This record gives sequence, structure tokens and C-alpha cells, in this order.
Amino acid sequence: MADFEPTIIAFVCNWCTYTAADLAGTSRLGYPANVRLIRVMCTGMVDPKYVIKAFLEGADAVLVSGCHPGDCHYINGNYKARRRIKLLKEILPQFGFGDERLRLTWIGASDGIQFAETIRDMVTQIKSLGPNEAKGTMVI
Amino acid sequence: MKTAKINVKDGDLLATLREFFRSILQLDDISAILVPQHLPMKNVVMPTLVTDPEQLNGANPLAPVFPMNAGKIVSRLTRKPTGGKVAVVLRPCEIRAFIELVKLKQGRIEEVVLVGIDCLGAYKNVDYAQMIEKEETEFTSRFYRNVLSGKEMAEQGFDLNPACKACEHPIPSGADILIGLFGVDTNKNLLVQARTPKGEDLYRNLDLSNAEEPPERAAVVEALIAERTAYRDKMFAETTEVTNSVEKLNIYLANCINCYNCRVACPVCYCKECVFVTDVFNHEPIQYLRWANRKGVIKMPTDTVFYHITRLAHMSTACVGCGQCSNACPNNIPVMELFRTVSFRTQKAFEYEPGRSVEDDPPLSVFREDELSDVVGIG
Ligand code: SF4
Ligand code: SF4
Ligand code: SF4
Ligand code: FES
Repeated sequence: MADFEPTIIAFVCNWCTYTAADLAGTSRLGYPANVRLIRVMCTGMVDPKYVIKAFLEGADAVLVSGCHPGDCHYINGNYKARRRIKLLKEILPQFGFGDERLRLTWIGASDGIQFAETIRDMVTQIKSLGPNEAKGTMVI
Repeated sequence: MKTAKINVKDGDLLATLREFFRSILQLDDISAILVPQHLPMKNVVMPTLVTDPEQLNGANPLAPVFPMNAGKIVSRLTRKPTGGKVAVVLRPCEIRAFIELVKLKQGRIEEVVLVGIDCLGAYKNVDYAQMIEKEETEFTSRFYRNVLSGKEMAEQGFDLNPACKACEHPIPSGADILIGLFGVDTNKNLLVQARTPKGEDLYRNLDLSNAEEPPERAAVVEALIAERTAYRDKMFAETTEVTNSVEKLNIYLANCINCYNCRVACPVCYCKECVFVTDVFNHEPIQYLRWANRKGVIKMPTDTVFYHITRLAHMSTACVGCGQCSNACPNNIPVMELFRTVSFRTQKAFEYEPGRSVEDDPPLSVFREDELSDVVGIG
């Protein structure tokens, strides 16, 4: 599995984690190119469907990341997101999408370093887990 | 809790129940009663809304079939105030579905009196139609005698719905008025219990004499629940075994035609416009070709696994295990087994029991600031 390059779909909120990713970029902090960022206004708008679809399309991991508790720009979107991720973490493993493939983090706007580290760590973890077996499935 | 016994004449439970329903309908503040009834024009049992006490002669809440979860009907009846009270005779899973619908703002509990009967279980719609032939009432009495005397219910090669065999809620504990059969000497009497203040109001106006709950009832119910729970847990293990990878789930759902009957039949899948029938899923034709190109081959219609997993995300915490999804599937996909297996996990995760009380918030409708810290982080 040495040459396996995982694809990570990251739903990042505009105000915190997206800004952190931007900061990582402008500060020239390298992070693996495995991540595809999808900017959303708030983690509270990440419909469970988005996550399910990402996995069924073959994403090896999904990251949802936004503002720290208390910092959400829409007051409580991140708390709602946390319940939805909890729900998905009960449903998806039932079908073989291991719990480790779905992550929720709080990364603030000034945490460029933490953003880069999170992506690096996730890539390492997913490399050792291997690819998502849904890639080859014909029933979608 | 107020408890009474009503006499059963000649061992005929249906006649006794009809008489009891008549006495409820004759009360001043009850404007109608909703009750399953054997239809005169066809050999089927359907929910009926009755205002004339003379029109209860076909009432048959013990027939081992329920063509739909009538919790949905009650939500339609109570969407707006009508100024009158309706007594609704329901199975436990129908009561629990209605309570979920009330919390989802799809019905109102104020103007109904929930009358629940200990549930003896049901056969699949199609099986039932084949089994009864012409003798519906005799079939029902043979059925309840057999169940209440503990006989095996497989008959003529047909067996009860797996949903019923796995149901650990055979007692309508959420009812205002409970009619008890288990652990009761049903040749002689039925148990009537007022379980809520609303039920007590009704009880007071009926001509009932107080009695004790038979002491053996608790043990009989406990044994029944233990048997159901054992069946349920075995079903969970077997279903997990055949769905615990994407490949296996594909096989499980391979003959799904995305007709969405399972969602239409599901009492708690309440959306007026389900996202799966909106333009979101009306893909551009080129999109199908892109998918096919990427994989070499795709099963059509698409969005099958996507639909089922999404429906689990939307409503598994509210699944009451009624089995109507399986009942409605034209291709015999064991949808109920899949839903209950996953729902058991999601409900446990949020410590939520659907249908228990209108006071419990649906888990995805609320949040707390200090909770679920284990969900956050990358391990
Ligand atoms: S998913 Fe099936 S068993 Fe669960 S409530 Fe809906 S119809 Fe009933
Ligand atoms: S699947 Fe989801 S969107 Fe469709 S009716 Fe059920 S809850 Fe509503
Ligand atoms: S009823 Fe059966 S065929 Fe129709 S969508 Fe549900 S599982 Fe698929
Ligand atoms: S705005 Fe960042 S999580 Fe809500």
C-alpha cells in the first residue's frame, strides 16, 4: 500500500478552518495535496448527505472542520454539526466505513499550523488504513 | 392508574371490544372513533373513522394485519384543531409513530384519546390476503386464541412479520387507555387501564368497576418481551453480518428499484417533499455517463445505497420498528431488518427511545454545549 495516495474531502467553514488553511498557504506551511477543500459558510450547513455522498464516491476520508465551540459565526452551527457527525459515526461503520475515516475538528482562523498538522496526521492514518472499498462498487 | 375488567361474553373478544368502542363513541365529548374495521365491500381490514355507533359491527382491531401504520392517519386527523375529541384505536407501534409525528409538528395530541391494545402481531399484507380467503372473522378468533394460548404462529407456511417477532413493545404503554390481553383470562374478561389524566377522564365517564391487574400479567409480559428481544438481537447479528461492508450492502440492496415505497410507507419519514424526488436527484443525463465511465459499470437506477443510508441519517432515531417498510417493498428487500439494526445503534447513541414521550426532544433537533467531546479530534 506504499504508493496509495488517499483522497480526503474536507468541508471547512469560511470563518475559521478555511481561513486557517489560507493562512497555512500564505505562511508557506506545506501540507499534503491529498486534501480537497470544500468551503462552506458554517459546519452547521454540512448536510449528512454530503458526507455520505463523498464516501460513496470513493473518498478515503472526510474531514469536517470549523470554529471552536463558542466561536461559530452563526452561534451554534458547530454544535449541530457535532450531533450530525456523531450520528454518522454510528451509521457509517455499520457498512464498513470505519469511524477513523470521518473526523470533526475545531481549527480557528489563526491556527494555520494546526491545520497543516491535522491534514498530515490524517493522511498518515488513512495510508495505514488503506483505500475506501466503495471506489469500485457498481451500486451507488 | 385506574384499572377495570370488562366481561367477555362467550369468549368473543371482538364482540366485547365492539361494545366497548360503542360506549366510548357514545360519550358526549367524543366525536368519532378511529378503528380498524373489516370492510363490507372487500375482505380487508382498514382504518375507519366512525361517528355512528351502529357502524362498528365490522370493527376488528385483533385481525393480524395492518395495511399501513395508522399513526400517519392520526397525524392527518389532528393537524389542525377540530373542536372535538377523537378516540383512536391503535397498535403500540402506531402510537409510538404518532408520538414521534407530534414532536415533528405533524399532528397534535390535544384532541385525541389514544386507545392501545396489547399487540398480538400481524402477517404481511400479501400473506394475510392469501390466508384468510373468505372467513375473516373466524380467522381472527382462531388467531387470537392461538396467540393467547402461546401457540406457534406459523400457519399454512406463513409466519408473522419479522418486525412483530422482533418487537419489544407489545404493550401500548403510551396509551391513554390500555386494553390488556396478555396474562389476562380472556375467556372471561379484558383488562382496561387508564394510564394518563386524559385516560382517567374518559374512564370516569364509562361505566366501569375497578379491579386489580391480574398478578400473573407482569410475568407473562416480561417473558414475551424477553422472547422478542432474543429474536431481535439475533436479527441484528444476522443483518450486521450480511451488510457490514459496502460490497455486502450492495448485494443486500441489489434489487432495489428506488421506488421509495419503503419511505412512503414509513410513518416517521414525514417530509412533504422527500429530497429524493426533488430536482437534486434529477441528474443531468451526462452525469450518468460520467459515473459509468469512472467505474466501467453502474447499476441503474442510481442513488440506491445513497438513498438508504441518507434515510437512515434522517429518520433512524425515530424508527419505531413497525415493519411497514418491508411490507411495502415490491422486491422483498428486508428493509425493516436493516433499519432496525442501524436504528438500534443511533437510538442508543443518543439515549433516545422513539415514541416514549412527547417530552423527549428528537436528538437531532437539539444540542448541548458540553457534550460529545469524544466525537471531536483526529484520534
Ligand atoms: S423504517 Fe420501517 S420499521 Fe422503522 S418506522 Fe419506518 S416503516 Fe417502521
Ligand atoms: S428520506 Fe429524508 S427527505 Fe425523504 S422523506 Fe425521509 S426524512 Fe424526508
Ligand atoms: S420499497 Fe424496496 S425497492 Fe422500493 S425503494 Fe424501498 S427497498 Fe427499494
Ligand atoms: S461559522 Fe465556523 S463553524 Fe459555524
